[in-house]
Amino acid sequence: MYQIPCPHCGPRAQLEFTYERTVDSVVDPAAAPDEAMRALFTRANPRGLDEEIWRHTFGCRAWMVLTRHRVTHEITQVRATGPEALP
Amino acid sequence: MNRYSALGLLRGALGGHKHWQPAWRDPEPKAHYDIIVIGGGGHGLATAYYLAKVHGLRKIAVLEKGWIGGGNTGRNTTLVRSNYRLAPLHDFFEFGLKMWEHLSDELNYNVMFSPRGAMVLGHSDADMIRLAERGDAMRCDGIDAELLTRDQVARAEPLLDMSRSARFPIEGAMVQPRGGTARHDAVAWGYARAADALGVDIIQKCEVTGFVRDNGAVVGVETTRGRIGAGRVGICVAGHSGHVAAMAGLRLPIESQTLQALVTEGVKPMVNGVVMSNSLHCYISQSDKGGIVMGGDPDNWPSYAQRGQPTIVQGAIAQAIALMPALSRLRMLRTWSGVTDMSFDGSPIIGETPVRNLFLNGGWCYGGFKATPASGWTYAHTLATGAPHPLNAPFALDRFERGATIDEPGVGPLPNHR
Repeated sequence: MYQIPCPHCGPRAQLEFTYERTVDSVVDPAAAPDEAMRALFTRANPRGLDEEIWRHTFGCRAWMVLTRHRVTHEITQVRATGPEALP
Repeated sequence: MNRYSALGLLRGALGGHKHWQPAWRDPEPKAHYDIIVIGGGGHGLATAYYLAKVHGLRKIAVLEKGWIGGGNTGRNTTLVRSNYRLAPLHDFFEFGLKMWEHLSDELNYNVMFSPRGAMVLGHSDADMIRLAERGDAMRCDGIDAELLTRDQVARAEPLLDMSRSARFPIEGAMVQPRGGTARHDAVAWGYARAADALGVDIIQKCEVTGFVRDNGAVVGVETTRGRIGAGRVGICVAGHSGHVAAMAGLRLPIESQTLQALVTEGVKPMVNGVVMSNSLHCYISQSDKGGIVMGGDPDNWPSYAQRGQPTIVQGAIAQAIALMPALSRLRMLRTWSGVTDMSFDGSPIIGETPVRNLFLNGGWCYGGFKATPASGWTYAHTLATGAPHPLNAPFALDRFERGATIDEPGVGPLPNHR
C-alpha cells in the first residue's frame, strides 16, 4: 500500500482513492470512429510511467491526474483537474 | 524420455532413487526456428507440445524470461471448470475440461486433476434465476450443471453458514460436478517434459527485448541471448501482453492488474469441492496438502508489480469467513499475486495480430489456468496453419472494432470494473 499526494488534502492512504482510467482513454465526443475506438478499447499499458485519472472518492472527492510507475508505484507528478478530464 | 510408472518408481526406490534424470534439456538457442512461442508458462508449453504432437512440427522454441511456470502458472488458485453462460466461452472451456480428464495419461505426468465439483452459491432469488439461466445454457450444449437447493448445498458443504441470519444467506447453488482442481506446477512441468521429448527447445532465462522486422513482417526476435530467427512468433505471456505487444507497435484491449490469492496452514479435509460466489467474488477450495486456498477481486488499478494490496486479501478473507465461519480459526500461510491481462470484455484473445507472422494469446483476466490445454491446442492450430481453430475464432483481436465482444458479465469496456 502506498500514499497518494492529493492536490487538496496532501498525502493520504491509497485506499481512499479509486482509479478511473488512463488519460489517453478519455473519449473526445468529436472523435472520429477509429479514434474513439482506440480510446475506448485499447491501452498503451506500459510497464513504466503512465498518466492515470484517479479520484479521492473517500476523501475530498476531487479528480486528479497521476503520473505513476506501474512497477514501482512511484508517483512522479500529480495535478488537480477540472471537468475537462472527466469521462 | 523415460516413461514414469509405478513400477519404475518402485525400482528406483530399491536403487536409492539414483535413476532420476532432468525432465527436460537446457539447450542453447539455435539461429532459426519455424515457430517461436514467447512465454514458458502452461499455455506456452502446451502450445509447443501440441505444435509438435498434433501438427508434426519439429523446429519449435519456447522462450521464457525467468523459469518455466514461474509466472501466473504458479500464481493461480488451480480451479478447473467450464461453467460459463455464453456459448463461445463454455464451448472453449468445455473442450479444455475434456482434455483435463485425460491429461495425466496424455503427458505421462500426474497433473492431479481432481473433479470434485465446482459450486457457485446463490444468495438471493435474483442470483438463483441467473444461475438457473447459466446452467440451462450449459446443459443445452451438453455441459453438466445442476441446480442445488439449500438442503443439498448444506449436505455438500456442511461448514457453510446456512443460517437465515448469515451475512450472506445462501439460497441454493449451481454446481458443475466435473469441475475441480489440478496441480498447477505439474501442468507446466508435464507439458515441458512432453514437449521436450518431442524436440521442442525450452530456453529459460531468455527475455525477448524486441522483434526483428522485414518489410513489416516479424521474422525473428531479439533476446537477452541474441537474435533468433523465426517463421512465426506467438506471444503467450498473459500478464505482460501489453508490454511485449508494444515492442511490435501494438496497443491491445488489455490493462494489466494484480490478482492476489492466499493459502492457510494444512488441515484435515473440511471443504469438499470448490465453493465460489459471483455476487461476492470469492472462491474457496482445499488443496490436496490440506491448505485452504482462497482468492478474491483484482486490485482494480493497473500494475505490473507482482505484489498486491493487503486490504484486498483482507476483503477476500472476510467474505470467505462470512460464508464458512470455521475458516476464522485457521492461520494464513502465505499470499501471492500475479499480473493478469484484464481484457475489455473479460474474455481471452487468441489469434492473429495486424502484424504479419505475429500471433497473440492473452487477455485471460483471472481465468487462464483452467484453459491451459484448450489454449495450447487452439493456439497451436492457429500458429501452425495461420488461421484460427473454430473454437478460438470468436476470440479474435479485432472483435472489439467489429462490435463482437464476448462480455459474460455485461459490464462494458472497463477492465477495472469487472
